[in-house]
Amino acid sequence: MAGDTLTSSEYIRHHLTNLAYGNLPAGNYCDGHQVVTDAGWQLAGCGEAAKAMGFSAIHLDTMFWSVVLGVLFLYIFKKAADAATAGIPGGLQNFAEWVIEFIDQSVRGSFSSRNELVAPLSLTIFIWIFLMNLMDLVPVDVIPALSQLVGIHFMKVVPTTDPNATFGMAIGVFILVLFYSIKIKGVGGFVGELTLQPFSSSNPLVNVLFIPINFILEFVSLIAKPVSLALRLFGNMYAGEMIFILIAIMYSAGTFMGLFGGLLQLGWAIFHILIITLQAFIFMTLTIVYLDMAHHEH
Amino acid sequence: MNINLTLIGQLLTFVVFVWFTMKYVWTPITGALEERRKSIADGLAAGERGQHEQELAKERAKQVLHDAKGQASDILAQAQKRAAEIVDEAKTNARQEGDRILTAARSEIEQETNRAREQLREKVAALAIAGAEKILRKEINAEAHQDIVNSLAKEI
Repeated sequence: MAGDTLTSSEYIRHHLTNLAYGNLPAGNYCDGHQVVTDAGWQLAGCGEAAKAMGFSAIHLDTMFWSVVLGVLFLYIFKKAADAATAGIPGGLQNFAEWVIEFIDQSVRGSFSSRNELVAPLSLTIFIWIFLMNLMDLVPVDVIPALSQLVGIHFMKVVPTTDPNATFGMAIGVFILVLFYSIKIKGVGGFVGELTLQPFSSSNPLVNVLFIPINFILEFVSLIAKPVSLALRLFGNMYAGEMIFILIAIMYSAGTFMGLFGGLLQLGWAIFHILIITLQAFIFMTLTIVYLDMAHHEH
Repeated sequence: MNINLTLIGQLLTFVVFVWFTMKYVWTPITGALEERRKSIADGLAAGERGQHEQELAKERAKQVLHDAKGQASDILAQAQKRAAEIVDEAKTNARQEGDRILTAARSEIEQETNRAREQLREKVAALAIAGAEKILRKEINAEAHQDIVNSLAKEI
């Protein structure tokens, strides 16, 4: 709930601030709450301090929750994998096998080459993103309030509302796309793909003139792949989280608005179940498609 | 939107998770699935084979039953034939034996009859002679009526 001492905008800003740990230069931050005389590694007391850390900051909450959820995913599936036999499957194994068959089918549907990496990659992306998105359904104040009790002032529990998380995965996928493009087509083939299309001519001189135009077009479309992957997921989750926060503000505006807000939150949460699954699925499917494109000559 | 060290951290985490999934999750589970698929396929094939074999066995049993029935009826026919033969043989033997016994009995009867007739004739002759003697002794001279006595003896 928005505390008495917080205005709505402060409440929102508070919810959108990560728990940042980084190298903070000397200075006076957070309206005099955090005064740093010697530059050093420490927690940021507010968004302003986190910004001052620059690239050296690391979001502890994002790292923590993403690792916890990832480990949860790996633990469950490792358990299923250890129990996996050709015999009659139990409950957990059934679930894991169902998920794996679903992923396997998606990969078979969109990926036509042979690559041992793509299916496990897709499984990791789908389940991990799904779990991280799922944190969005935890009421926005529960975990921040609990962490406030143990003295942690900032806690953003949905890692996918942090562009670092989504870009981290998207860049991972992008590196794979580049790696397989070069591995399958060779450096020449990859460069050719970037420069000799979509415009081409039978006249070599005209072809040379086309090279910069082609390169600009193809390079933009190449870069757009990871950027769109990351921003789509980030945007969806950030917007969803924002709406939850806005709904939460209604709780402090009287009984009627509070009840109405509760109804809205329920509705949005139910709708959000669709979004979090869909976004995880889209990220996975586009990853498969991009990797498939990397394996094919145009 | 602060892009910072978290990006690198997330990237590394992602790589580790993918590696772990690939090595310890995906391979064993898909392996188990593949194995199960194979064992199910084997089971179905075995079931089909069993069914086929059962059909063959049924066919064979039918054949055996048919053969056995045929044999049994053959044996029965033979036995009946043999029985008829035996009866016929026995009948023939009995008839022959009967005939033989009958013939023997007849010839014996005939012999007995002849013998009895012979004895009777002798007894009557002797009786006649004795009667004649008594008569003749009383009235007539034996010598004078010798002829008559002889002719009488001859007539008997």
